Amino acid sequence: MKLTNIFSRRNRILLRELVITDFKLRYQGSALGYAWSLLKPLFMFAILYVVFGMLIKLGSVEHYAVYLLIGIVLWTFFSEATNQGMNAIVGRGDLLRKISFPKYIIVLSTTISALINLALNLVIVAVLMIINGVELHFSMLMLPVYILEIYILALGLAFYLSAVNVKYRDTSHIWEIIMQAAFYATPIIYPLAIVLDKSETIAKFMLMNPLAQAIQDVRYSLITPETITVATLFKNDLFVIIPIAIVITVFISGTLYFKHHSKYFAENI
Amino acid sequence: MSDTINNAPIAVSVSGVSKSFKLPHEQASGIKQLLVNSLKGKKGYEIQHVIGGIDFEIKKGEFFGIVGKNGSGKSTLLKLIAGIYVPEKGHIKIDGSLTPFIELGVGFNPELTGRENVFLNGALLGFDRKEIDEMYEGIVAFAELEKFMDQKLKNYSSGMQVRLAFSIAIRAKSDILLIDEVLAVGDAAFQAKCFDYFYELKKSDTTVIFVSHDQGSLERFCDRGVLIDEGKVIAYGKIRDVLKRYGSVVLEGLDRNDPNRDKVVAQNGIVEYAEIFDVRVENSQGKKTTKYIYGESINVSYKIRVKRTIINPVFGVTIWQKNVEKAILATNTLIDRYTETGTFQKGDIINFSVNLPNNLNGAEYVVEPAIANESTTIFYDQKPNAAKFIINGGDNPHSIISFNERSKYFINKAG
Repeated sequence: MKLTNIFSRRNRILLRELVITDFKLRYQGSALGYAWSLLKPLFMFAILYVVFGMLIKLGSVEHYAVYLLIGIVLWTFFSEATNQGMNAIVGRGDLLRKISFPKYIIVLSTTISALINLALNLVIVAVLMIINGVELHFSMLMLPVYILEIYILALGLAFYLSAVNVKYRDTSHIWEIIMQAAFYATPIIYPLAIVLDKSETIAKFMLMNPLAQAIQDVRYSLITPETITVATLFKNDLFVIIPIAIVITVFISGTLYFKHHSKYFAENI
Repeated sequence: MSDTINNAPIAVSVSGVSKSFKLPHEQASGIKQLLVNSLKGKKGYEIQHVIGGIDFEIKKGEFFGIVGKNGSGKSTLLKLIAGIYVPEKGHIKIDGSLTPFIELGVGFNPELTGRENVFLNGALLGFDRKEIDEMYEGIVAFAELEKFMDQKLKNYSSGMQVRLAFSIAIRAKSDILLIDEVLAVGDAAFQAKCFDYFYELKKSDTTVIFVSHDQGSLERFCDRGVLIDEGKVIAYGKIRDVLKRYGSVVLEGLDRNDPNRDKVVAQNGIVEYAEIFDVRVENSQGKKTTKYIYGESINVSYKIRVKRTIINPVFGVTIWQKNVEKAILATNTLIDRYTETGTFQKGDIINFSVNLPNNLNGAEYVVEPAIANESTTIFYDQKPNAAKFIINGGDNPHSIISFNERSKYFINKAG
């Protein structure tokens, strides 16, 4: 996998077609079609907002509705990218067995589909921000950086998971459980402040999770400076290096693992 | 063509290539099985050696056949060349661009329309949207599917799918093409299109690697080939020799009662249907002799012992000038429109004779009689160098033979 080949003309064409196909097929035959990619996170948001915003109050945060929605949208993106990436290779077995082409394109195409979905969902977030009267800051320009961080983490995991999944189909079940746990281990539905009230160490530890760090940073720069981030909790910007190092490590090791095993996908699927 | 190929540079070189697969015993692709097996000290899989040390070379511009029975490893070999599998030992060197297609319609999605599938399939061949747009009309017209392009592929008949796939596949522009068993699908009209395409390829500079067990098309298109059996090279070289060897390999694996056996046996000249014997060359007085003078009438006769019912067989004679590769005269009953030669039963002896109008110049000639089925696709028997004769005289030592009159045949059942 020479770097110059990664985006050769042929591979770009293929990547583009696979993304288009993926998108076309996703809501094939459903009456609402693409609308589902907006409706699903909206409904999840509505349910969680009723439960945690109205019935069980989990602390008080400025603009809680937007605060919650952006968390759900980012989580949905991460979950989609890793899940679809994980099943990408196994799902395209027919293609792999009959044609030789760089396998990473398949994984890349599914994560790009998730990225397109995220873009659509962010439109809803923007609308809700306007309704809620969230003030605009220059710090909002940092949003793409944090999204890139989550994307790289998701892509690295997708590479790793898709390769393992070829060998052991248990992977998808294990990942489902891990994601379930990660959903609660990440401050998505509850503000981190309620953890901080119990234990500062646990809150610090939780923020070393790159997903938690990125989501908190997005909330900080987008919605409210009340948000607890790595910088505010540790009183030192440099600690952000740890979650970023985790992201880079996962990405590099995932890519290498994938590269090593991709030669044998065709015969092992 | 064959002379230029001999000196042509190498397009694909396969040297010492081996490949084996791990075949899991049962549902071993799970963690539970992994644990159980490691506790019991079992491997959980069996090693199957599919390709064991193969060497051959394919020259540029060549139409190269890979021949073998089912399960002989020929498709694995093709996948190794295509880069789908990685060789375990040895290496494969490829010079030139290679279309990675192995089968027709790879990547076709039943949920997409015909049109959308053209773009997806085209992308797998390396064409972008603009390029496909330009070829689109042509692709659709060739597939004869103008009315169906906006329908989902799942509503196509299998024949329609194949036509569409083929129509896209032939657009592939690369130095080396890999074709696996395309002819197994499709009706007569489709096969005719395939043949036209193959003839085009044969004329072009494209190197074609063709996997098939259809001996007819292999012989028709391929220059050379390789015979694979149990993962090893059994024969390699001129396609005719490779196919001859293939016949005996298939025969070994067939049961005595297998209905295919007769065909294989007959195809390879192993005497079963009919046997030629008592080949004679006689002069106009009916005297058996080998010496003739220029212009003297020559009668070639032979007898056939029938071993199985044959209907309207074709009888023929080929005359070779001694030590010359090319036949001087090849004539048979089909060429001369004697189509109703009769039905013969087991035990019949057929007398066949043909009176050759003799325009041969002075030289030594050999006679090769043959008997084939109605359409000459199966040779029941042929006897190279069965008889010889010498012509003395003749005014032109460089002459090309031409006959102004048709040969006369006499066929009847003995007794």
